[in-house]
Amino acid sequence: MAERLQLSGITKRYPGVIANDGVDLTVAPGEIHAVLGENGAGKSTLMKIIYGAVQPDEGQMLWNGKQVHIDSPHAARRLGIGMVFQHFSLFETLTVAENIALVLEEKFDLATLSARVREVSERYGLPIDPQRRVHGLSVGERQRVEIVRCLLQNPQLLILDEPTSVLTPQAVLKLFETLKRLAAEGVSILYISHKLHEIQTLCDAATVMRGGKVTGIATPREETPSSLARMMIGRELPVCVMPPYTGEQRVVLALEQLSASTDDPFGTALAQIDLQVHAGEIVGIAGISGNGQAELLAALSGENPVAAPMIKLENQPIGHWQAGQRRDAGVCFVPEERLGRGAVPAMSLTQNAVLTAHRQSFKRHGLLNFAKARDFALRCIERFDVRCPGPQAAARSLSGGNLQKFIVGREIMQNPRVMMVAQPTWGVDVGAAAFLRQTLIDLSRQGVAVLVVSEELDELFEICDRIAVLAQGRLSPALIKTQTSAQTIGLQMSGLGASPQPAAEDSAHAFA
Amino acid sequence: MHLLEPRPQPSRKMRWLAPVYAIGLTLISGALLFTALHKNPFHALYMFFIQPLTTGYGWSELLVKASPQILIAQGLAVGFRARVYNIGAEGQLIVGAIFGGGVAIMTDGSSAAWILPVMVLAGAIGGALWGALAAWLKTQFNAEETLTTLMLTYIASLLLAWLVNGPWRDPAGQNFPQSIMFGDAASFPVLLAGSRVNASLFITLAVVALFQLLISKSFLAYQIEVAGQAPAAARYAGFSQKKAIWLGLCLSGLTAGLAGVGEVAGPVGQLNLNISPGYGFSAIIVAWLGRLHPLGMVLSGLLMALIYLGGEAAQVSLQLPAAMTGLFQGMLLFFLLAADAFINNRFRRRKPATRFA
Amino acid sequence: MTVAQLIPVFAAAIGAATPLMLAGLGELVAERTGVLNLGVEGMMLIGAIAGFACAVDSGLGAWAGLGAGAVAGALASLLFAVPALSLAANQPACGLALTIFGVGFSAFVGQGYVSDSLPGMQPWAVPWLSALPGAGPVLFRQAPVVYAALLLFGAVWWVLARTRTGLILRAVGESPESAHAIGYPVLLIRYGAVMFGGAMAGLGGAYLSTVYTPLWAQNMTAGRGWIAIALVVFASWKPGRLLIGAFLFGGVTILQFHAQTLGWTVPVQLLAALPYLATVVVLVVISRDKRLLQLNLPASLGKGFLPD
Repeated sequence: MAERLQLSGITKRYPGVIANDGVDLTVAPGEIHAVLGENGAGKSTLMKIIYGAVQPDEGQMLWNGKQVHIDSPHAARRLGIGMVFQHFSLFETLTVAENIALVLEEKFDLATLSARVREVSERYGLPIDPQRRVHGLSVGERQRVEIVRCLLQNPQLLILDEPTSVLTPQAVLKLFETLKRLAAEGVSILYISHKLHEIQTLCDAATVMRGGKVTGIATPREETPSSLARMMIGRELPVCVMPPYTGEQRVVLALEQLSASTDDPFGTALAQIDLQVHAGEIVGIAGISGNGQAELLAALSGENPVAAPMIKLENQPIGHWQAGQRRDAGVCFVPEERLGRGAVPAMSLTQNAVLTAHRQSFKRHGLLNFAKARDFALRCIERFDVRCPGPQAAARSLSGGNLQKFIVGREIMQNPRVMMVAQPTWGVDVGAAAFLRQTLIDLSRQGVAVLVVSEELDELFEICDRIAVLAQGRLSPALIKTQTSAQTIGLQMSGLGASPQPAAEDSAHAFA
Repeated sequence: MHLLEPRPQPSRKMRWLAPVYAIGLTLISGALLFTALHKNPFHALYMFFIQPLTTGYGWSELLVKASPQILIAQGLAVGFRARVYNIGAEGQLIVGAIFGGGVAIMTDGSSAAWILPVMVLAGAIGGALWGALAAWLKTQFNAEETLTTLMLTYIASLLLAWLVNGPWRDPAGQNFPQSIMFGDAASFPVLLAGSRVNASLFITLAVVALFQLLISKSFLAYQIEVAGQAPAAARYAGFSQKKAIWLGLCLSGLTAGLAGVGEVAGPVGQLNLNISPGYGFSAIIVAWLGRLHPLGMVLSGLLMALIYLGGEAAQVSLQLPAAMTGLFQGMLLFFLLAADAFINNRFRRRKPATRFA
Repeated sequence: MTVAQLIPVFAAAIGAATPLMLAGLGELVAERTGVLNLGVEGMMLIGAIAGFACAVDSGLGAWAGLGAGAVAGALASLLFAVPALSLAANQPACGLALTIFGVGFSAFVGQGYVSDSLPGMQPWAVPWLSALPGAGPVLFRQAPVVYAALLLFGAVWWVLARTRTGLILRAVGESPESAHAIGYPVLLIRYGAVMFGGAMAGLGGAYLSTVYTPLWAQNMTAGRGWIAIALVVFASWKPGRLLIGAFLFGGVTILQFHAQTLGWTVPVQLLAALPYLATVVVLVVISRDKRLLQLNLPASLGKGFLPD
């Protein structure tokens, strides 16, 4: 039997980078094939090429043994290729059925379509209500919509790009069941991930990429995590060192019955959040984005002030303070969106240093001293190993990891008492991620209270002292990490577990 | 159809070359247009852009026309940097003229030395108030400033029409919609005998110098710039969005109001329905063409003044309608915006292969 | 005032509402796909002069003028579309440029037509309805193009609400990135919507110069293009509310001409300011609730899109 998909010599160049450099990839019918690599390895570009969203500069593609040229996603879908995007391609204000209708090639009528959606979603254990609007769905439900949308077209190849980054550990297992069932029915699956253990449990074969090139083809079950890691990053996975904290024990940041409404019509309100962060510790907040993370961080940073007593800094009520006042008092914050929030994209690093570090005596009589700002930026670049042409480089010209190092560095160089970081290593390469994690640990051990909000459970278990879970705007008690487990936290993430609220949507119509 | 891809780093060179390209393309289009109208394009362009500057009087008129546009553009640029799109400077100019002119009308007959300074102050306040109204509507009620400032312009010009047709009409003016001519105490002294260049030019120069300092060095200008380029970053840094809105609209109102006084206490000499040939709108182009840079806008203001002069000259020498001016202004702005796209982007390196089935 | 006095006011309001409705509808469709075109005033003026010139020069009358106006409006919209869409330039600025250009262009071309006039369009009595006692003869005796505009409005409404085309337009306006990812030609769709908006604005302008007041005067649209843009906000991007808004503003616009009939003694200039004042008031009322506005706002409105 012919291979389902065979790529040879695929090359795609972008200005300044070769995203794919002579990539070969072979997927058999009914095979679950992993494409493994870290951020920037070229996985996403390769998938976009297969899905017809991007055209390769060189190389050829065989589909069921026949040479094909896929010039658009429409063409890919007609061949039987479906794709589940990492950042979903759904439309918030449309219903599930309307979203699905938009990718169907044939004519539709919404009533018949809804019936088919119900039927397919139940057959594969992916229950969704076709009449609901997407903005009301949890992230897990949105992923089901994307998968069902592909399944309705009877695909022969299903591409999933980092599908588990938004799922609870339990939901990941359910997804794997669905995928294995599809594979058993003969559907080939291309599974993009950088998570080694997932690939070892799920995949039959793996193609490993680094820097746009294929660095190895492996059978994951026969490999060890460290052998896979060597193929992926060229060396062992770096590990963080967590020394004990020996300084004074005191509460630095305290949230007391913090409640906040939201301006965003699709946002989540916060309800009675209690939390204490001590000097010298890292507290992690786990949970899937959209459960109040944005609102909590806006309340903490002062971008959206709340009532004074809800937030206390060393016993002083500061809930009503604006962002600038809080930073004056040593409350520093690194947001999830680096470009556009943590930094102004078109401005230079020098100018971006001014953004929050203007407090470092950059200004006199209302006038700015750019020489000082430049000097600050230079020191930040050196101390935090920011790889860039210099302080004149525009923020947007830096890679995600280097920009994150700059922003984290900028905040740390202002000697914070409290440091809050959202998704510290999101979209960052392995080396920079390890550097950033170690930096946060070291910072906390100097007596700073550190709060980390992250979707990555592994990361939280690696660097945190205590972990709490934010689900549907409510926060579970922060537990010492050795006294909890990924399973418990996963349950809390889906709104079960310790939450006093009724079960979350995700678990209410749980998989299967 | 997708022609561009982003540059990793905005091009500084393109930032200053874009106006040059825009002017070049406008001249080429102008030449084509003249050809289509059966005029010799070289002769026509000469008559439009060069002949007006062959006399001393022409140069003086260039200053008279450039000064108000440069002045208004200074204020507008502050707003544009904050992405506050005040497109109603014309209305703020009119209200400034009404306030300043009101002082002149009420003190008619007096020759006190304080009259002119009070007129200037009143004009500044009037313009700033008209701008502040839009700022209030934006910060308090979230009403789009593009639409409100423009609506307020229509309201301002109807207000002026009512005043010069009603309470402030010159009783000896044969029912023309105009006020009395202002006395010497209520007029800017003429600087060059035989020309209309007057002391209001100093206001423009002072404002340019002040704004040059403000824009290049001040923390305030930095905050405004951040608020405009990345509102989320401004919130993150604790810079007030509302402050940027108030500042942008009040400052542009203020400079427009000053320009209004400069016109009625200068070349126009009274309140009537033609106190501005659209300086409030052309100043928008001046601001963009001058890269929102105080000194850059001096150059672009002079160019825009030349287009006005050329339009007037073309009426006489080429028998073309004065509306040529508006046509040239529109083309210039289009070409500028198109050229500006190349500051942050560049042409795609290869032909996009993506076709849609 | 009596009902008998008000009926002609209503009748005139319908006529005055028609250009607002047409231009507003076109802008609504463009904004649904995420494109904010502030050039409506300019496109209306270009449509007005093109329509008038065509009607005068061809001698074919108002209908030919209306067609020419729509074509001219659509072509004018390309002046906006090329920089704003293909080059992803600043949309408000490009729209403004189009308005400035339109004012200049129409005045330039219109110079030769200032003294011309057209016969306008004979009113057409709707069978049955126009025979209704009282309101019938006045409300149902409008220029045929008024009814045609209403039919056109109904058709667009149906397309937006009931068809796949409407769904695609909404999808593109909400997330051009997603629409592109699943394979829709975002730019092509936006070009189409902007050109439709241009055609509608041109039609509205030509209606003014060939039917409503059949003559050409510089700047004769007098801010109607801007009011149409405000109406789209007022309507929360919903066609039904746009229709209501257009009639309301049509009413406000003609008040100045009926002030005497209604026994008002306010200076005419201040009455003429009413539509602009009303626009500000309406914007304030509708924009106050940010959440509600955001719920209906096409999420990508005014943002350029350059795919990778």
